[in-house]
Amino acid sequence: MYKKNNTLLLYSIIYFAFLYIPVMLLPIFSFNDAIHMVFPLKGFTFKWYDQMIHSSRLHKALMNSIKVGLVASVFSTFIALLAAKAFTRYKVRFHQLSYGAILLPFVIPEIIIAVALIVIWTGMGFQLGLVPVTISHILFCTPFCLLILISRMEGFDKNLEEAAMDLGENAWGTFWRVTFPLVLPAVIASLLLSFVISFDEFILAFFLSSSDQTLPMYMWGQMRFPKKLPHVLALGAVIIVVTSLLVIISYWLRNLGNPSGKKSKIGGI
Amino acid sequence: MINTWRKLFSKHESIRAYTLLSPALILVILAMASPLLLMVLTSFHTQVSMMEIDSTLTLDRYADFFSRPVYSTLLFRSIKISFLVTLVTLLTTYPLAYYIAFYVKKNKMLWIVLMTLPFWTSYLLRVFSWRVILGHKGVINSALMFSGAIDEPLSFLIYSQTAVVLTLAHAWAAFAILPLYVSLDKIDKSLLEASYDLGCSKFQTFWRVTFPLSLPGVIGAILIIFIPTVGDYVTPQLVGGTDGRMLSNMIQSLFGRANNFPLGAASAVLMLLSVSFVALVVTYITKKVSLRMS
Amino acid sequence: MDDKNFIKINNLSKNFDDVVAVDNVNINIGKGEFFSLLGPSGCGKTTLLRILAGFEYPSEGSVSIDGSDVTDIPANLRPTNMVFQNYAIFPHINVKRNIEFGLRKEKISAEEVNQRVSEALKMVKLEGYENRFSNQLSGGQRQRVALARALVKRPKVLLLDEPLGALDKKLREEMQIELRNLQRSVGITFVFVTHDQEEAMTMSDRVAVMNQGKILQVSPPRELYDFPVNLFVGDFIGDINLLNSEISNIDGKNVKVLINGIGEYTIQAHTIINQNDTIVTGIRPKSINISSNDNKKSDIQVKGKITNTSFYGNLTYVYVSIEGVDKALMLSTAESLQGLSINSDCYLNINLKDIRVIKKNDP
Repeated sequence: MYKKNNTLLLYSIIYFAFLYIPVMLLPIFSFNDAIHMVFPLKGFTFKWYDQMIHSSRLHKALMNSIKVGLVASVFSTFIALLAAKAFTRYKVRFHQLSYGAILLPFVIPEIIIAVALIVIWTGMGFQLGLVPVTISHILFCTPFCLLILISRMEGFDKNLEEAAMDLGENAWGTFWRVTFPLVLPAVIASLLLSFVISFDEFILAFFLSSSDQTLPMYMWGQMRFPKKLPHVLALGAVIIVVTSLLVIISYWLRNLGNPSGKKSKIGGI
Repeated sequence: MINTWRKLFSKHESIRAYTLLSPALILVILAMASPLLLMVLTSFHTQVSMMEIDSTLTLDRYADFFSRPVYSTLLFRSIKISFLVTLVTLLTTYPLAYYIAFYVKKNKMLWIVLMTLPFWTSYLLRVFSWRVILGHKGVINSALMFSGAIDEPLSFLIYSQTAVVLTLAHAWAAFAILPLYVSLDKIDKSLLEASYDLGCSKFQTFWRVTFPLSLPGVIGAILIIFIPTVGDYVTPQLVGGTDGRMLSNMIQSLFGRANNFPLGAASAVLMLLSVSFVALVVTYITKKVSLRMS
Repeated sequence: MDDKNFIKINNLSKNFDDVVAVDNVNINIGKGEFFSLLGPSGCGKTTLLRILAGFEYPSEGSVSIDGSDVTDIPANLRPTNMVFQNYAIFPHINVKRNIEFGLRKEKISAEEVNQRVSEALKMVKLEGYENRFSNQLSGGQRQRVALARALVKRPKVLLLDEPLGALDKKLREEMQIELRNLQRSVGITFVFVTHDQEEAMTMSDRVAVMNQGKILQVSPPRELYDFPVNLFVGDFIGDINLLNSEISNIDGKNVKVLINGIGEYTIQAHTIINQNDTIVTGIRPKSINISSNDNKKSDIQVKGKITNTSFYGNLTYVYVSIEGVDKALMLSTAESLQGLSINSDCYLNINLKDIRVIKKNDP
């Protein structure tokens, strides 16, 4: 019945091109020996990469982004792991309500969360900076981690944990000997993806960080100056390649040794 | 004491559950709910001077918002643009999700991964690449001029609402493809066979079986795209120009250069209210429609 | 404590919100007994088993095993082990590490662990499978691993939650015999949950029939079949013809009943029947004798017409309609039905001792 549909296939390929060409342009022009991104291409060069490597402000922004990303990914994965266990293993009263509340930051416009955090943070008399940025990133990443971890936890049988209890393990032993090894790939995937999200996040950082720049803010600042553009392209190309690799690894991890045997849906996300 | 706690802990599922949930709930309460409440409260205050806010409760900020046409124009424009983005994204991604769900046999996962991969790469860079594609000295214009098709750069490409819609439809594609694919893939293929068996054509089968069954995915995609894009800041800033300016850009300046926190808060509250309202209406209508269809 | 009361379940109830899953259950299970909990799905048998295992805590009542009260003891500290319905073999470790999983908490030497594991493997006939993983095993093999993993702990009680449900018919029958033999040789008390009455009947020393959270009858299989205490048990265990009847008179155990369409007879009841009880009379298919003429001698003889027959190899089921009885009677016979075919007249011979007076209401 569904053997072939060339019209749809052609459409899919065109859409695919629409999806990828804009992203691919940045790496292509990052090797182009010209200030402006215009056709025809002029010639091959590494000088923008060289310029990028030697920018000290970029280094500082990079370090800030890594710091925020690491803290945010570890905290949000940990918080989501506990919550995923609660949602998949226990009958939670107000299940829908709690679940909805935790997932809400995923849909609320980021600018509203940013503005609300500015109001409370400055209202309490604190200085804006990387701390509120990190808090907002934890808030923003937790729903993603929760969806990844819940789909893994649902994928494996509740009886396995009961079997461990039945064989004499306490809650702690059961977690370390059974639950953790089985969810480990998803935990790593969750760490990687939340790191990528935090690393690429712009709005919250832009509103909440004041003078401490993260990498996306640094790029934002450079985009206005045509002369700086090529080295933003170089930086962008590197970021695209690295984050794509991390994401591919995390996809692969999520399907690795899936205990239910069937391929996990990335349907959650 | 410890023993009674332990006994309570092992006997009552809800105590165990809430112990595990508490970090997440505390995070949501402290980092989202209370800031939002404070923001709502602030929207009833008055900015007196640079550093001073009068905390007498007043509705003046909302009056300000509606008395100056620019604010309501921006709010309606934001909603209009988001609506168009949602529509365009759904219409363009549905055939794709349909193709992957029903026609792709091998390597379905690979298709899905490839379709969602660009989503994970920096949002800022994706929007930025549209700026360089559509710009006056951008990729399209330079390519067209180089090929001799035009002499002057096309100026309508960038800094328009169309540019904003196009860019956002590209940026949010993954959020439509996934829910649509999941709901289409879930459909039991024997239902479609039953429909053909009962004499429906392919077209009728689509409208009477496939589409109604994919509605959960459609609703999911609508909500997940419409709500966040109303508050988008980066895209209008980079490719919108004056014509494509949205409410977020105004909110940003109220919290920045204009330094009017209460009015900014009031704008944010109104944005939140209007997206919640639209979301409720959409869910309500689609539920009604799907009830009637079944 | 004596051997008869190795497991004592007293006034046990379990509510989930408004639903009563287990309703005031009292059972004593003997040491070394093969005890089955039998009932339709949703009757509360699995909940009862999970309370014994320590996965659920009762709302009311108590459980004691081997003389000590375990009501509040969590699963990991109980002298019970469980074979799960889907076996719950840990997928991330191999067969050997699955079996030794529970031995880590017991302070025994590595040598003894190895010895006990190989004993267990031998017992379930899985020698040579030590390094396999769950996904490399068949359903039957997984079940053996689950058994070995539980038995290696030398529990006082082994709990089995429909362990044969996932196997195909032939393998299931083999495993029934094997499980029964295994239980005899290790001498451990087995509590076995099933919805399959044949399975319960062939394997158990005693069977408890459950419905809607209540225990209806606890008896050896034979007694359960021959003397059901109420309509539910009679109907659930094996095939039975149920005939609408009314009590005319009661004299101790002798009950005079009017059986619709058949007549009035005095039958010895095996339970106490009161004048205001509503009853039916029940006759097992094997207790009805069929013949083409009225020569045979029996307490009751009725004339009927064959409406249908179905052939089951060693047995033939015959359906006979009788005037005044709304449902055709079913009977089974091992003999060939010479001279009898569909629509032919026949005679049914029934003895009074094979008729049961069964209460419609619960005991």
